[in-house]
Amino acid sequence: MLKTRSETATPAHPSLTVCGVAFDLLPEGAAWLRQERLLVVADLHFEKGSAFAARGVALPPYDTRATIARLETLVARLKPQTLVALGDSFHDGGAEARMDADDAARIARLSRALDWVWIAGNHDPEPPQGFGGAVMAELRLGPLTFRHEPRPAPAAGEIAGHLHPCAAVRVRGRRLRRRCFASDGTRMIMPAFGAYAGGLNVLDAAYDALLPGLDFHAWMMGGRTVVPVAAHRLEGD
Amino acid sequence: MTAPLPAMPQAGLLPPVLSRWFESRGWHPRAHQLALVELAQAGKSALLIAPTGAGKTLAGFLPSLAELSMREGRRKPALHTLYISPLKALAVDVKRNLEMPVEEMGLSISIETRTGDTPQNRRQRQRREPPDILMTTPEQLALLLSYPDAGDFFGSLSCVVLDELHALANSKRGDLLALGLARLAKLAPGLRRTGLSATVAEPGALRRYLMPQPEAGESLSEIVVAPPGATPEISVLTPVSDGAEEVRIPWSGHSARHALPAVYDAIRANRTVLVFVNTRAQAEVVFQELWRLNEDALPIALHHGSLSAEARRKVEAAMAAGTLRAVVCTSTLDLGIDWGEVDLVVNMGAPKGASRLLQRIGRANHRLDEPSRALLVPANRFEVLECVAARAAALEGAQDGMVSREGALDVLAQHVLGCACSEPFDPDDLYAEVRSAAPYRALSREDFGKVVDFVSTGGYALKNYDRFARLRPNAKADGDMRLRAASPSVVQQYRMNVGTIVEAPMLKVRMVKRGGRKPLGAMGGRYLGEIEEYFIDQLAPGDTFLFAGHVLRFEGLAETEALVTKSNSAEPKVPSYYGGKFPLSTYLAARVRRMFAHREEWTALPAPVREWLEIQAWRSVLPGEKDLLVECFPRNDRFYLVCYPFEGRLAHQTLGMLLTRRLDRAGARPMGFIASEYALAIWCLRDPGLMHERHELPVGELFAEDMLGDDLDAWLAESSLLKRTFRDCAIIAGLIERRYPGQEKTGRQVTFSSDLIYNVLREHEPDHILLRATYNDAATGLLDVARVAGMLKRIRGKIRLKRLDRVSPLAVPVLLDIGKVSVGGEADEALLSEAADDLIAEATRLV
Repeated sequence: MLKTRSETATPAHPSLTVCGVAFDLLPEGAAWLRQERLLVVADLHFEKGSAFAARGVALPPYDTRATIARLETLVARLKPQTLVALGDSFHDGGAEARMDADDAARIARLSRALDWVWIAGNHDPEPPQGFGGAVMAELRLGPLTFRHEPRPAPAAGEIAGHLHPCAAVRVRGRRLRRRCFASDGTRMIMPAFGAYAGGLNVLDAAYDALLPGLDFHAWMMGGRTVVPVAAHRLEGD
Repeated sequence: MTAPLPAMPQAGLLPPVLSRWFESRGWHPRAHQLALVELAQAGKSALLIAPTGAGKTLAGFLPSLAELSMREGRRKPALHTLYISPLKALAVDVKRNLEMPVEEMGLSISIETRTGDTPQNRRQRQRREPPDILMTTPEQLALLLSYPDAGDFFGSLSCVVLDELHALANSKRGDLLALGLARLAKLAPGLRRTGLSATVAEPGALRRYLMPQPEAGESLSEIVVAPPGATPEISVLTPVSDGAEEVRIPWSGHSARHALPAVYDAIRANRTVLVFVNTRAQAEVVFQELWRLNEDALPIALHHGSLSAEARRKVEAAMAAGTLRAVVCTSTLDLGIDWGEVDLVVNMGAPKGASRLLQRIGRANHRLDEPSRALLVPANRFEVLECVAARAAALEGAQDGMVSREGALDVLAQHVLGCACSEPFDPDDLYAEVRSAAPYRALSREDFGKVVDFVSTGGYALKNYDRFARLRPNAKADGDMRLRAASPSVVQQYRMNVGTIVEAPMLKVRMVKRGGRKPLGAMGGRYLGEIEEYFIDQLAPGDTFLFAGHVLRFEGLAETEALVTKSNSAEPKVPSYYGGKFPLSTYLAARVRRMFAHREEWTALPAPVREWLEIQAWRSVLPGEKDLLVECFPRNDRFYLVCYPFEGRLAHQTLGMLLTRRLDRAGARPMGFIASEYALAIWCLRDPGLMHERHELPVGELFAEDMLGDDLDAWLAESSLLKRTFRDCAIIAGLIERRYPGQEKTGRQVTFSSDLIYNVLREHEPDHILLRATYNDAATGLLDVARVAGMLKRIRGKIRLKRLDRVSPLAVPVLLDIGKVSVGGEADEALLSEAADDLIAEATRLV
């Protein structure tokens, strides 16, 4: 019994190689560079709920803490040295002001406990200073470039977010739609990590210039694992 | 029901102009019509229960016509009578039917309709210059009540007529209407309410619904019961052997395709026939097949809610003009639109409820003294039993009982916002007003407070949104506790989202030219109607399907439109899902069970069905009237457990989920299950029958009532059913908008984000008021928990387990459904029919 438990506690995560660098793709929607002890997440969209509330749509105000809780769990388990948040970490310029004090303290505690990099995104061109961590437009690491918005191909080594990729596939007549990592082996577009972040199908025209043709895979997020599906098997929305 | 008519009232009750009109037509006002006038003159509200054709509508309006005819002199336009119907089409139809007598009486009474289709300029004019009589729907009433001038508009109102009340009262729309009535009672004290209803099993609920309820005790309206009409003539269509061909009654399926030649013959033999089906998809198939058979090119039309309004109106006009021989229609035509010359109603499939059947039968022949004629067309063997039971119930005039429900909290939230849009409200006053509505009788002050908080700031435990509140203190004077809408955009939001009908997300279907140079998305083709998004989701470009009476080829999606071309193929590639929309009523289910148990009732059954039951009795046993039959048998390396509760598909699905969890815990290794209207089949890797015998899992324990506790909660936590229900509640309560001002939001986006919101809310505030509303809804609707609970209680200690060496005849239909749950291509269908033949041979083999 114990043996079974320890086996399931450390499932083998699929590995995706981008420009010769191998990432573990985690079902939580994060990518893990084991050698560097570097964890990458994209599009946290803190305080998206309260941004809607300001417009009269009072979504439950718990999206920020739901997102943090998932981050805290990952950090506790993997003990990364560095965490890169690939931009759009804050839903808008007013996010910090609207945030509950407890939530803000949890982010600050987390970001001070390790080397934290806030990549600037279009929602947060100037991420708030109050949380610690370094703010960068891009981060280069060997052959890799971490930035928010993906650039037209070729963009070898680019790790980006911004588009919130998701993919749909039909299995035995049932249609499954999940957030996904999209990669052709030269670059990777990360799924959004934020609790309220929606998704854009990888077959949408917005990806045409980034992943031309159908020569890529969507690594779809299952409950316990991440499943690669060839683009030609996918369905649009 | 035997509530007597009041003593025969005097004809002298009517003003001369009205009595002269009756005389000029050679008619006498009917006793129930005069009774309503008399009660109205005494200022009393009343429920009229009358069969179709009894002059119910005229009875409802007669008191108003009497009062309006006696007005003198010029006056400022003011609303006198408000008529509310569940259907737009019905409001329009009733207006037409009322205009005629008013004109013939020479009365100057203005009658207008107001529905979602009424142009904006006319709506504005109506608010400035109201007609004497306004015909509208519950949603439009809610909208009218949300205007700041609602007090002026309704201040003069003396009467509300609620048509088809039995169809409205027990639903979320009924809740919305009840809250609207409570408001009207405040704006127009002394207001009379008249409810018009078909026969119902328990009129008390409707009488209570009509009246403002006092602090303590209950208030009931008066009741007038018209004499019943002629007993209907109902036959059940069963194939007759003509010697050459074998008599066939399908084992499963819902299309009743085999019976359509006979239906076509019935159309040929009658003047005008209404062919009722239970789902839109079925309507399409039946329509298509009838036209294939239509050698005489009879004018046969199609009518269902997904067709474009233009297409529907054309059919309605042709029907009114008497130029159609048949209309294939869904429940959109269930209610009392007067079609005049219909002489036969055909009901395809099982009617699912005794009351629905009577309602549909009433569509034929709107004259009271002549019997309505109906033909029931069962699609499979179980439906034969159900149709025979329904026929017996209809002949006795038996009705289904109503399941009483409590007013929904999401609807209340919508109403509270509407009140704030009209004028500032004091929460204590509004609470008292809301509780005067019968469905909200038991609402606690605490829950009401939570709903008001929800409307204002979302009502979350984490108080983060006060600065964004949608309700603000009015604070015009010391002690002013009133709340008001915080901004005009809040009001706009309300008006965009009013109503309790949340349709499945729909896509527009547009016909484009095949192979044209235009890229997909360059529009301009003909708009055919709307189709459920989930259906389109399962199509790949090139797939063909039935819609609007054509075989269409799906070309692709362009934003919110599904682009299609006409297909040359005769058979659509993708079959539609035929599952019934209505669950089998508890009353009818009991009657079907009784038929199984009483052989003397089998004489009403066709021979193949009788034989089927005989073989079942010989191979296994028949389900009893009060017990539950559970069969266990091996088949293809699996062990099947099949039970026959007859509680409807929804309840069986819930039961299936719960039993599967139990079987799993007990180590039976269940692999899957399927539910039909009548039965539930679960397949396992270990034999539950053997486990019962070895006392590892006694079947009594398996079906113990405590499964509705923890097992239900645990299952719900993972269920996607709740997510769908949550989305509907969130839209009705105003948390998620149907659309943003200036920005069309497709259902696709709503579905996706509401799941995320549900997940977060459930994790962080599981007892939030909206989750409670969701749970209540699911328990009464999609899960039918109450019905599962009632069944488990009924069968406690009365389970009959029968272990068999192979599949039983009764189990065949539900097992045949296994392949049909997901949509497959033609190859799957062929494979399935091969498998089906084996199954039947195996079940009926006598040795």
